[in-house]
Amino acid sequence: MTPNINVVILLFASIFTGNIVLSYFLGLCSFISISKDLKSSNGLGLAVTFVLTISVAICYVILKYILKPFDLEYLRFIVFIIVIAAVVQILEMLIERMSSALYISLGIFLPLITVNCAILGVVLFMEIRKYDFLQTLFFSIGSGIGWWIAILALAAIRRKIENAPVPAGLKDAGITLIIIGLMAMAFMGFSGMLSVQ
Amino acid sequence: MKNSKTTVLIKNNIWINNPVFVQILGICSTLAVTNNFKNTLIMAVSVTFVTAFSNFTVSMLKSFIPNKVRMIVQTLIISFYVIIVDIVLKAYMPDISKALGPYVGLVITNCIIMGRAEAFAQANAPIISFVDGFLSGIGYMIVLLPIALIRELLSFGTFYGYSILPENYISMTIMITAPSAFFMIAVYIWIAKSISFNKKGDKK
Repeated sequence: MTPNINVVILLFASIFTGNIVLSYFLGLCSFISISKDLKSSNGLGLAVTFVLTISVAICYVILKYILKPFDLEYLRFIVFIIVIAAVVQILEMLIERMSSALYISLGIFLPLITVNCAILGVVLFMEIRKYDFLQTLFFSIGSGIGWWIAILALAAIRRKIENAPVPAGLKDAGITLIIIGLMAMAFMGFSGMLSVQ
Repeated sequence: MKNSKTTVLIKNNIWINNPVFVQILGICSTLAVTNNFKNTLIMAVSVTFVTAFSNFTVSMLKSFIPNKVRMIVQTLIISFYVIIVDIVLKAYMPDISKALGPYVGLVITNCIIMGRAEAFAQANAPIISFVDGFLSGIGYMIVLLPIALIRELLSFGTFYGYSILPENYISMTIMITAPSAFFMIAVYIWIAKSISFNKKGDKK
C-alpha cells in the first residue's frame, strides 16, 4: 500500500507545497518564540532538520520491525516520544564531544526540540501515509528544510517590522501571526506546481 | 479560603494568563482542525481531559519523581492519557478519528499541558491541580471554538454539520485553507489585548 511518489518530487513537495509549519501548523510554538532573533532561528532550523531526519528514520524502523509484527501499535505514541527524546539526548552528547563550535551554536536548542511538534508530526504523517523507507527519508529531510526556510524568512521579516508602527494590541504575537498567515498564502502559490497529498 | 483560590484560578486561566492569547502556547495541534467545529470541539475536549488528568497524576507523583528525569516522566504520563483518548475515539467515533488523523497524537506535544504540569502541578496538591488543568482547557476552548465557528460558517455555510446559510451562498475558499486560521487567531489576540489595555487604562 505504499503510495507511488517519486522521492525527488516528495522532497520538493514537503518543502514548498506541503510546508510543515505553514500548511500543517506543526512546530508553531518554537517557530513564534525563537524567530525574534535571526541567528538563533538559523541554529534551531539546523537542529530541527538534523533531529527530524534521524529520529523519523529510527521510528520507521521500530514501527515496521518491532511494533507491527508484535501488534503493539497502540504503544506507538509512547515509543515515538521516547525515541525522539533519546535521539536528542545522544545527539547532544555526541556533538559536545566532537565539535565544540557546533555545540555552542546548536547545544541550547537541542533540549527544546523534544517537545517540538514538528518531529512527532512528521513521524505520525509518515505512519498514516504509509511511505516506504526511502520516501520517509526524503519526506523528513524536506520537512526539516521547509521548517528551516520558513523560520529564517519569518525572522528576517520580524527584524524589519520591529521599527514599524504597529497598533498596541497587535504588537509581537499578533503581527507575527499575520505575517505567518501572509507567508502561508505565498507558499500556497506553489501548490499549482506539484501536488502530493 | 479554598473558594477564593479557585476564583483566582478561574480568572487566571481564562482571561489574565490565557494560554493562547497571552502566552501563545499550544496552538499547533488544534489550529489545524479549526475549519470544522465538531472536530475542534472534540480536540479541545481531549486537550482539557488530558491536561486535567495529567496535572492530577503529576501532582500525585511529584515526590516520587527524581528531579532530573521529571520532564520525560511528565511526557510519559501525558502520552498515557493521549493513548486513552486515541483508543476511545477510534472505538466510538471512527469517522472523527480518521478526520483528525495525526493531530490526536500531537496533543502530547501541546505545550499547554507540559507547561501546566511543570508550572502548577509540580508545586500544588492533586485536587487543585486537577481544577487548574481543567480550567486551562476551558481557557483554550473559548479561544478556539469561536475561530472554528466562524471558519466553518464562512467556508462551508454550515454549523456543526447543519447548513444554515442560504443555498446560494458562495463559500470562501480562503477560509478552508491554512492562512485564514493564522489571520483569525491574530485578530482574536488583537481584540483580547485591546480590551485588556483599555481596562488597565481605566484603573490609572
